[in-house]
Amino acid sequence: MDLEFWNSEIELMKRDELEQLQLERFKKTLVNVYENTAFYKKRLDECGVNPYKFSDFTQMDQIPFTTKDDLRLNYPFELFAKPLNQIVRVHSSSGTTGNPTVVGYTKSDIKMWGEAVARQLFAIGLRPGDTIQNSYGYGLFTGGLGLHYGIEELGAIAVPVSGGNTERQIKIMQDFKTAAICCTPSYALYIAETGKEMGIDFGSTTLRAGIFGAEPWTDVMRTEIEQRLGIDAYDIYGLSEVMGPGVACECVYKNGLHISEDNFIAEIIDPKTEKRLSGGKTGELVFTTITKEGMPVIRYRTKDLTTINYDVCDCGRTHGRMKKPMGRSDDMLIIRGVNVFPSQIEEVLMKVRDIEPHYLIVVDKKNYLDFIEVWVEVSEDIFSEKMNVLEEFETSIEHKLYSSIGINIGVKLKEPKTIKRSEGKAKRVIDIRKGEKP
Amino acid sequence: MPIKQLTVFLENKLGRLAEVARILKKENINLQGFSTTEARDYGILRIVVSDPEKARDALKKDGFTTHVADAICVGVEDKPGELLQILDTLTEHEINVDYIYVIAGTRVVLSVPDIEKAERILKEKGFSVV
Repeated sequence: MDLEFWNSEIELMKRDELEQLQLERFKKTLVNVYENTAFYKKRLDECGVNPYKFSDFTQMDQIPFTTKDDLRLNYPFELFAKPLNQIVRVHSSSGTTGNPTVVGYTKSDIKMWGEAVARQLFAIGLRPGDTIQNSYGYGLFTGGLGLHYGIEELGAIAVPVSGGNTERQIKIMQDFKTAAICCTPSYALYIAETGKEMGIDFGSTTLRAGIFGAEPWTDVMRTEIEQRLGIDAYDIYGLSEVMGPGVACECVYKNGLHISEDNFIAEIIDPKTEKRLSGGKTGELVFTTITKEGMPVIRYRTKDLTTINYDVCDCGRTHGRMKKPMGRSDDMLIIRGVNVFPSQIEEVLMKVRDIEPHYLIVVDKKNYLDFIEVWVEVSEDIFSEKMNVLEEFETSIEHKLYSSIGINIGVKLKEPKTIKRSEGKAKRVIDIRKGEKP
Repeated sequence: MPIKQLTVFLENKLGRLAEVARILKKENINLQGFSTTEARDYGILRIVVSDPEKARDALKKDGFTTHVADAICVGVEDKPGELLQILDTLTEHEINVDYIYVIAGTRVVLSVPDIEKAERILKEKGFSVV
């Protein structure tokens, strides 16, 4: 295959040169965070790593990991390494107990991000003149604006349609002759279903590619999306703490997601022992940013489980390929691209008067879209003989959950003992999508 | 005196209502009347029995959530116009009816926000309040 590259010097860089580049950039980053964030200064002083004398990556093991809790504790702007008058964007994701997490970007960070995504869009065959429909949510979530700036950097036509209003999306797809769609894979299937009902033959539309991410999806789902929409479906990965979408993305060979290794150092660790794993073993993905200057993160634990393949890809790129994440090392749920921790739900429930702690979080899929509901056992404290009191009870919890977490979580009242009691740690979440049974 | 209804929470699942009836039969408890209110996934069953406490214990033992709720019980004749008389009286006194149903012996069971007040008014108007 005769492939073109957005930045062949970087994308095809020999492994040893790439690692040297990473080391130089990492040293600069380490000095930046040491001099400009109290958090990392304290960290590095405590672990005895001198940022001015960092020689090679063997010293990496001495540096402690950065976690989501660190970001929460430093809410909102304490981890920024640049003064606020140089920060031009912030993004935020909902927190569990207490604070959300905030990330900040300088102008050059935004440019870097746009370039990283543009490179990936170019890699899958998109070009200036192509209409690219962006149905990721615009707002504090990094998905929308992340793809958007990448599309503009590429020079293609960005259609900032965001999520929802599916019939209009399909009309736009036809009228604007969309070449590629960016959205969650489950929304892609929903579009396929809605389009089918509208009598659309996707095979004869201009749509030829899709860039899907923000939630886990299987190869079976990929095949289904490709068949139903008549496109090539590509996997994109990212997380706001590290940058946003574009940390990694598949090339046309769809054989692993190329990590943007000139921008990020990736490590795989054993989630329990925290030791680095080599040789293609499966473990938790850890990222260090080496080009971001607004809010660099050092050894950030993603909680995503995967392996990395460093063989040169058939496309010629030398940047390591991560497998689709195979799971989480924590209990976070991903519902239609939104991260939800069971503890967030529990927190809301425990604050509601009289709830017995017998509840179950049930996750399932309907018409390709994830939904989540909470089953609450109706004890005598909760029961009222007045129907409106029970209904109000349900809706008030639903409102509290929505205002706390930001997605609709239905409440289902259940008879006592319908929720299994367990002897050890209570299994609070049943994920029917994974074949679990309540 | 208000009567005691036994109210039961039931999921909208096949066989739940039958299970209640089965337990009542087992305990030899006679149903004088009953009523259901349904939402989408669950309902509230109200039953009037001779021994509400016995019925309650039996149902609780089988895992049902129950509640004993007061209601007004008025004897009526089985002829046209009886219901209207009760309702007109209540409306006159600005008493709203939450729910209402009929049980054996042609008696009307109803619930209102202020049961004591409504009972008093109905008695004064000459209704045969149980």
